[in-house]
Amino acid sequence: MKAFTYERVRTVAEAAAARARTPGAKFIAGGTNLLDLMKLQIETPEHLIDVGKLPLNTIEPAPDGGLRIGALVSNTKLAADIRVRRDYGVLSRAILAGASGQLRNKATTAGNLLQRTRCPYFYDTNQACNKRKPGSGCAAIEGSSRSLAVIGGSSSCIATYPGDMAVAMMALDAVIETVDARGATRSIPIAEFYRLPGETPHIDNVLTESELITSVVLPPPVGGKHTYYKVRDRASYAFALVSVAVILQENGTGRVAVGGVAPRPWRSREAEVLLPSGAQAVTDKLFAGANPTEENKYKLTLVARTLAGVLNEAKR
Amino acid sequence: MKFTTPAGPNPTDQQRVIGKPTSRIEGPLKTTGQAKYAYEYNEEVSNPAYGYVVGAGIARGRIEAIHQTRAKLSPGVLAIVTAANIGPLRTGLFYTDRLLAGPTIDHYHQAVAIVVAETFEQARAAAALLRIDYVREEGAFDLAAGKDSAQAPPAGPFSPPAETSVGDFATAFASAPVTLDETYTTPDQSHAMMEPHATMASWDGDRLTCWCTIQQLSWGVRDLAHILDVPAANIRLISSYIGGGFGGKGTVLSDLVAAALAARATGRPVKVTLQRPLIFNNTIHRPATIQRIRLGATPDGKLTAIGHESWSGNLRGGRTETTIASTRLMYAGANRMTKLRLAILDLAEGSAMRAPGEASGMMALEIAMDEMAEKLAMDPVEFRIINDTQVDPENSARPFSTRLLVECLKTGAERFGWSQHNATPAAVREGQWLVGMGVASAIRGAPVMPCAARVRLDRNGIVTVETDMTDIGTGSYTIIAQTAAEMMGIGLDQVVVKLGDSIFPVSPGSAGQWGAASATSGVYAACVKLREAVATALELPVDEARFEDGRVIAGDRSFPLADAAGAEELVAEDEMTYGDLGRQYARDTFGAHFVEVGVHQYTGEIRVRRMLAVAHAGRILNPTAARSQMIGAMTMGVGAALMEKMEVDTRVGFFVNHDLAGYEVPVHADIPHLDVVLLEDSDPTMSPMKAKGIGELGIVGVAAAIANAVYNATGVRVRDYPVTLDKLIDKLPVPA
Repeated sequence: MKAFTYERVRTVAEAAAARARTPGAKFIAGGTNLLDLMKLQIETPEHLIDVGKLPLNTIEPAPDGGLRIGALVSNTKLAADIRVRRDYGVLSRAILAGASGQLRNKATTAGNLLQRTRCPYFYDTNQACNKRKPGSGCAAIEGSSRSLAVIGGSSSCIATYPGDMAVAMMALDAVIETVDARGATRSIPIAEFYRLPGETPHIDNVLTESELITSVVLPPPVGGKHTYYKVRDRASYAFALVSVAVILQENGTGRVAVGGVAPRPWRSREAEVLLPSGAQAVTDKLFAGANPTEENKYKLTLVARTLAGVLNEAKR
Repeated sequence: MKFTTPAGPNPTDQQRVIGKPTSRIEGPLKTTGQAKYAYEYNEEVSNPAYGYVVGAGIARGRIEAIHQTRAKLSPGVLAIVTAANIGPLRTGLFYTDRLLAGPTIDHYHQAVAIVVAETFEQARAAAALLRIDYVREEGAFDLAAGKDSAQAPPAGPFSPPAETSVGDFATAFASAPVTLDETYTTPDQSHAMMEPHATMASWDGDRLTCWCTIQQLSWGVRDLAHILDVPAANIRLISSYIGGGFGGKGTVLSDLVAAALAARATGRPVKVTLQRPLIFNNTIHRPATIQRIRLGATPDGKLTAIGHESWSGNLRGGRTETTIASTRLMYAGANRMTKLRLAILDLAEGSAMRAPGEASGMMALEIAMDEMAEKLAMDPVEFRIINDTQVDPENSARPFSTRLLVECLKTGAERFGWSQHNATPAAVREGQWLVGMGVASAIRGAPVMPCAARVRLDRNGIVTVETDMTDIGTGSYTIIAQTAAEMMGIGLDQVVVKLGDSIFPVSPGSAGQWGAASATSGVYAACVKLREAVATALELPVDEARFEDGRVIAGDRSFPLADAAGAEELVAEDEMTYGDLGRQYARDTFGAHFVEVGVHQYTGEIRVRRMLAVAHAGRILNPTAARSQMIGAMTMGVGAALMEKMEVDTRVGFFVNHDLAGYEVPVHADIPHLDVVLLEDSDPTMSPMKAKGIGELGIVGVAAAIANAVYNATGVRVRDYPVTLDKLIDKLPVPA
């Protein structure tokens, strides 16, 4: 771990000011991903701004009937919230499918959105990785790629976004609210939050250098039957091979977001409208243009079958 | 004491303490954090420094330069140890790996430098500032590609002959009415024990003490002396508690060498622990295998031809994975052959991991048996039973000492409800799950090794046992205490057991499933001597003295045991050694595994629903610990079946998933209730203890039983481990 300085801030304004003062600084809250990456020198911030004590840890009704989730609400608290369980079941289930109880106690809503890929080549600093070290190449594309992206990648990077929570938020059309060092706020639909790698895979999302996530807003409930099905090699505590977040209405329409297949949670409205035609039709549309490797092409079949299983179960 | 003829009645037959379910005596120390592991000896030395091992960033080649200026100037740095400033080191006598590389590099993450600093964090930060110029060379990293050029490995200790032949396999196989010829693969696996490799080393003049975590201390002293060119008498190793080993900590690895060198370079005690991501490529692992099995049988299911060929790879000088070992003993069959071939690979060293050879070999053979049973339209339990043998199939004059394989299979079938098994694959559905059952036999050698021990009786009647035996979580402390309590007629609370210090009498350590039988036999020998000394001190006839309830009784005379100690203490020491009963008898442990799995009919997810093992492993010294060994090994078998695989990047030349996020082992949610039955047994050919080990038996056959259950559930036969859903997903039946 590279030596770093540390400060704790008490207000959003202080956080923004601290960030403006210290280029190369990073915000830290739960630290469940950042500290691991710092120990491995994958992240080497000179300065940490601890935002863990900011007053952003409540879940409030939004004026339009949705929910505003503070950036620092823990995964445990969010998953257990009665309103979330009642109206946004897919989110509660997605969170509980991830990590472990201990990690969920520590992990925050904003931090979860910002967790970095688990590509094994990203984690080994001897290996070429454009996401970790721009311009160094990608050892994964022709390497061990069983867990990596089948769509949305580029010749520079086929890392996946590893999380579960954001997959559910994608299906829910969540909006991410931020503030920057000048105090300017903006609202970013989650569908526009994560970047595809292109030639710059080291930039995961659209946040500017000094921007701080303050909350995530869930639109008013859409009803329907909520499912989050996560497929992995062991029963618990593993990243998804694939996962599907499904909201299904009684008339057979609905929403589908898929995790574990792309650099961001993967969703397409053109695919969703095919839900009444069945899982294969949705999957074919959703993955049109997919470019899997020999090792991960199974994911295309797996998504179709997993979605079919979910649709079948919903009919019972 | 030399053990040359089968044991008759002796005090261990009383089964007053031995054989009773007994919680581990050191358990309270562990649950309260008082049991000290290698990295935790904070009071024993003052002012330790911290060493951080830097692993090679390439797989094969050489170091051109190590630029150290920035690292040396980094805060807290005391020394940077490299091959260039240490001079050449020898290798140990068991592992072939060079534990500090340079200038040549033999495999990825081989240690190239040790950065020593005041704190761990400073050492790690400085290590990242080293800039190492490498010259890469081509290497061989792909076992399949190296298969054709693989050579016959030399025979030697732990290496059976490269080829064996009985009868005329080729003719028998060619003429067999029913045959099978299939190839199976097993992947590289990591021990993934909880406690990483760790050492604290401290020099006092030319004498070296290391608090470390190795399973065989006498091997450790031997190897460290050889590597460092230091007299063995000057080395003391202490491994009081070991947080899991599974063969991954047999003897000296890079942490021990790094700590010893760093302590010498700095004149300070130095602590070194291998960071988790280094362990997979730096230390040893269970190597991958390719196995071809050919079976021939008569239509009524009698095996007439058994052929097993196996390929594995290793560093130059490394041993082969002896997968064929079990096949040579498992089933009857007049015509047999085995063949081992070893390819040179520039990956980390392959070596022992829980049931080395046997675990991998039975992963293949026991699928083959399932496939053959299906060809014969026979029940797989019945097929195994009719091919049982009570003599060594390669030498009919050599009987098994005890072998209740058939009873294991029958007992298991009855208890598991095997009669519910539907022989037609993919025929049973429950909700969204396809359900299947599988079975496999198990066999694991039962070696016993010379072991010495010392016992001390003090004037309070406390008996203290000392041997350099280790406890890697298995329960050695407890069975040794039980042995001493039984022999001396006292309670467990009157026994103190001191293990894991190389100044104590030499044991064979924890390995090869020999620890329990060997160590307790050594303690038995020492206790026999102590009984003689006690009787003599009390002026009682040795042959008549009975040791009961803390007293020594002969005729109408009775004394407290403590009286024999006098003012000082009474000390006895002996070593148990062995004649050739191991050549006269085939001595093994046996078992049968029964498994029920569910396979999700849409996703192909595999979940184990029920498991039962029936084991036959000599006298069970402590049923509680024996059951723990079995369920631990069964859990490890689930890992081998369903998830454990180090992915080889055959271009770069390394194991890619080198941490516990990438290398998955089973979690609690993967493991259902595990049922274990321990069959009554007592093997007088082993030692006066009449016991065998059971630490490794439990993993043998498990993976095949699961693979067979997956086949039964789905109709998809997977011959390449691990059995993961991507190998099923395109072939699953249409969901119902």
